[in-house]
Amino acid sequence: MTMPIYVPPEQLIKDRAEFAKKGIARGRPIVVISYVDGVLLLGENPSGSLQKIGEIYDAVAFAGVGRFNEFESLRVAGIRYADLKGYSYGRLDVTAKGLANAYAQTLGQVFTHEVKPYEIELMVVEIGEETADTQIYRVQYDGTLRDLAHFGAIGGEDEDLVSRLEAGFSEGMDLAAVLRLGCEAIESEGGEVVPPEEWEAAVLDRTNGRRKFRRLDAAVVAAARQ
Amino acid sequence: MSSDARRYLSGPLPLDSLAPGASFVALLEAEGMAPRWTTGPGNEIEAPEATTVLAIKYGRGVIMAGDRRATAGNVIAHRRVQKVFAADEYSAVAISGTAGMAVELIKLFQTELEHYEKIEGTRLSLEGKANYLARMVRNHLPLAFQGLAVVPLFCGFDQADDAGRLYTFDVVGGRYEEQDYATTGSGGSEAKSFIKTVHDPEMDEPAALRISIEALIAAAEEDAATGGPDLKRKIYPNVVTVTADGFTEIDEGRIATVAAEALEARP
Repeated sequence: MTMPIYVPPEQLIKDRAEFAKKGIARGRPIVVISYVDGVLLLGENPSGSLQKIGEIYDAVAFAGVGRFNEFESLRVAGIRYADLKGYSYGRLDVTAKGLANAYAQTLGQVFTHEVKPYEIELMVVEIGEETADTQIYRVQYDGTLRDLAHFGAIGGEDEDLVSRLEAGFSEGMDLAAVLRLGCEAIESEGGEVVPPEEWEAAVLDRTNGRRKFRRLDAAVVAAARQ
Repeated sequence: MSSDARRYLSGPLPLDSLAPGASFVALLEAEGMAPRWTTGPGNEIEAPEATTVLAIKYGRGVIMAGDRRATAGNVIAHRRVQKVFAADEYSAVAISGTAGMAVELIKLFQTELEHYEKIEGTRLSLEGKANYLARMVRNHLPLAFQGLAVVPLFCGFDQADDAGRLYTFDVVGGRYEEQDYATTGSGGSEAKSFIKTVHDPEMDEPAALRISIEALIAAAEEDAATGGPDLKRKIYPNVVTVTADGFTEIDEGRIATVAAEALEARP
């Protein structure tokens, strides 16, 4: 009879975390920055159809980095969660906090129970009536949930990105200004200029009607960077 | 409700099932949360009914209007019912028949369209939306036998060929595309006879608005279940347009002015 080799739990968790982190760092980053009318979600994405940023509900948006199929299944589950909740109760009962918690529980469970942890990180963003109502949540591969103020980054060299955003950010910036800030932060990490059509950009904007999510096309990004 | 009915609403999200695809109604069914509308055999229920909605094509797209009255037998049940709704950004839907069920049907239809759009990243085609609505009406057929029929009217702007389109339905879920105008509800035939005499497919929006309101007034004069504009209580029809720019709800102030003029001009 063969005995399974004993692996201490500390080692097991460490190995899993390292595996997940490695996968996530390979992907291209996404930044989230709040501006005067809402929040910008921005990332470099040469594929026009495999999107990393998506609409969840009226004022809630999603962004994911890492393995596409893994965060895509969480995006779809998030839309189902939001639409079921909004249909059963009321539209105002769907919140980023509830969704971020559900994501954190899901990722936490996958991290400890499944054969392989998910190699992804997520952002869940919600805007309200005022700039101060903006909520930005970051959910990590192991289910760690963090509440961020004003801006954040996931994927790539996220810590460097955050310090770049910190240096350039001030409250009350307009959309064009945060677009420039985000593009420059991501470009300085990659070291090369990204053409306008290779950005994936979307906003949650208070000036839109009930559904506040809008994608920004290459022309808007190009105009902001002129 | 099945045992796993709350899978999505508490605890970790289920990641196992691809089954419901992009359909919200299929998701509700998979989760055991689909609305169940069955009554025992032979039970006739009298629930408030909504009547007289219309849609007319004009130069830029389609205009859709509905009165505000719901009746239960010979009693006016509600005076300010909304019967015309945005289905999504490029289509509108109006209801006649059992009001409570129709409103629920519309809510489900709106959620279905939005759910599909978010998951797939693209909107259903206009014809796809109309077909789906027809299926929802057809599923309702058993209740229609018990006097709880729902008959919608659907219109939208078809971006594929740059034109407004409108669809009528019957109680068994038949779907018919109409050329110029369509009405439904108990005052519908009266409204249609009026529209027939004045319709011009190239008219502008103010003309289309005026005709819509005059048609509802004509229906209200002959049909007790249709409520005309009530200037004293400030109850006015709901009117919306769908054009290349999308769905727009016409401002109540404008409707009030046109309704007052139209009532004044009645012979």
